[in-house]
Amino acid sequence: MAYQFDFTPVLDNAGLLLTGAGFTLALTAVGAVFGIGLGVLGAVCRAWKLAPFDRLFGLYVEVIRNTPFLVQLFFIFFGLPSLGVKMTEWQAAVLAMVINLGAYSTEIIRAGIQATPRGQLEAAESLAMTRTQTFKHVVLRPALAKVWPALTSQVIIVMLGSAVCSQIATEELTFAANFIQSRSFRAFETYFVTTAIYFVMALLIRQLLIQLGQRVVVGRAR
Amino acid sequence: MFVQFSTWDIVRNLLEGGKWTLGLSLIAFFLGGGVGLVILFARIAHNRLLQSLAKAYIEVFQGTPLLMQLFIVFFGLSLAGVDVSPWFAAAAGLTLFTSAYLAEIWRGCVESVPRGQWEASTSLALSYPQQMRYVVLPQALRIAIAPTVGFSVQVVKGTAVTSIIGFAELTKTGSMLANATFQPFLVFGLVAAAYFILCYPLSLYAKSLEKKFHVAR
Repeated sequence: MAYQFDFTPVLDNAGLLLTGAGFTLALTAVGAVFGIGLGVLGAVCRAWKLAPFDRLFGLYVEVIRNTPFLVQLFFIFFGLPSLGVKMTEWQAAVLAMVINLGAYSTEIIRAGIQATPRGQLEAAESLAMTRTQTFKHVVLRPALAKVWPALTSQVIIVMLGSAVCSQIATEELTFAANFIQSRSFRAFETYFVTTAIYFVMALLIRQLLIQLGQRVVVGRAR
Repeated sequence: MFVQFSTWDIVRNLLEGGKWTLGLSLIAFFLGGGVGLVILFARIAHNRLLQSLAKAYIEVFQGTPLLMQLFIVFFGLSLAGVDVSPWFAAAAGLTLFTSAYLAEIWRGCVESVPRGQWEASTSLALSYPQQMRYVVLPQALRIAIAPTVGFSVQVVKGTAVTSIIGFAELTKTGSMLANATFQPFLVFGLVAAAYFILCYPLSLYAKSLEKKFHVAR
């Protein structure tokens, strides 16, 4: 075997890869914030059986969880314009990520909300807490704290899944890798380095979210 | 030369692509299960080196995008002088991906067998293979069925990514049809429906298994 590995084209274009990685992180951040927000809304509707929203969210969760992210992305980016809804590749990527994460986090957070012990609700009532206070301090915070590890994993899955957004020309990390690969023909080297970057990003996001969970979600719930 | 596509032509072509999605899913799931079993035994072995190797394997596959894994298999194998078709790269990549996830799921199941069971079987002078064969695995298997069926949904959905390396399964067929017919809304709607038809029964089955085994415990 005479193949000589040559990482110089990849290293020469490190700037492109890092910019792409930055965009992937930005996509993930926006997707995570709005996706989890949507998840909280869905979880409340599902857990408290708010008709007709509980049914709607139930349908939404099943449809999203049983179809591939790539197809959701194509449907949004290529399919919706024929209904007159046009968007840029960035808007489509963010929307697809929010919708996808929203469905998974609806189910995850619902499990947390439903695990609220009855006694805690009664205790809150006997302390004359308002409904909003009860929801915020007795239901939502402890629920999020309970399911935080699952949410963290799901955010990482969505980040890794965002690699396919390169297919609609969203200029994130994989797009940058494809670009370098097509210029240098050093496919293996390029994708090897890119994979390593994704791996590091996954580790970083996990650490970051664990810290964030400790400080913000779990910290004050006690 | 223009060819007119009727809705039936679209459906007919999608069914053709769907066959490949189904075939690839089955191959990845069963081969991945086989490889996953090997990884599982390494992961729960007494040998520290085997344990760390299996752990690293699982972490790498769970911490990187499936698309990158496919690219690396696709381009890496051709560097090694093996002529890879998209079909082979897709099957190999998805098998590795599936094996890592299944090994991790099954490790959880083995570890949820109560410690007392291990201790009891040790005190009965069972050897490690005997403990596994007669005490631990049968119990772990019961716990493992529901999450394993649940994961099969991820495998089916994962096959969509293989369209990017040019494997003509359901999604790739959909993309080509959308380009040929200028009806992306209809075509991708149908593609999504096809995945839903494949995946939803598996999801329902996983849920019913979960309920069944929770009651039994």
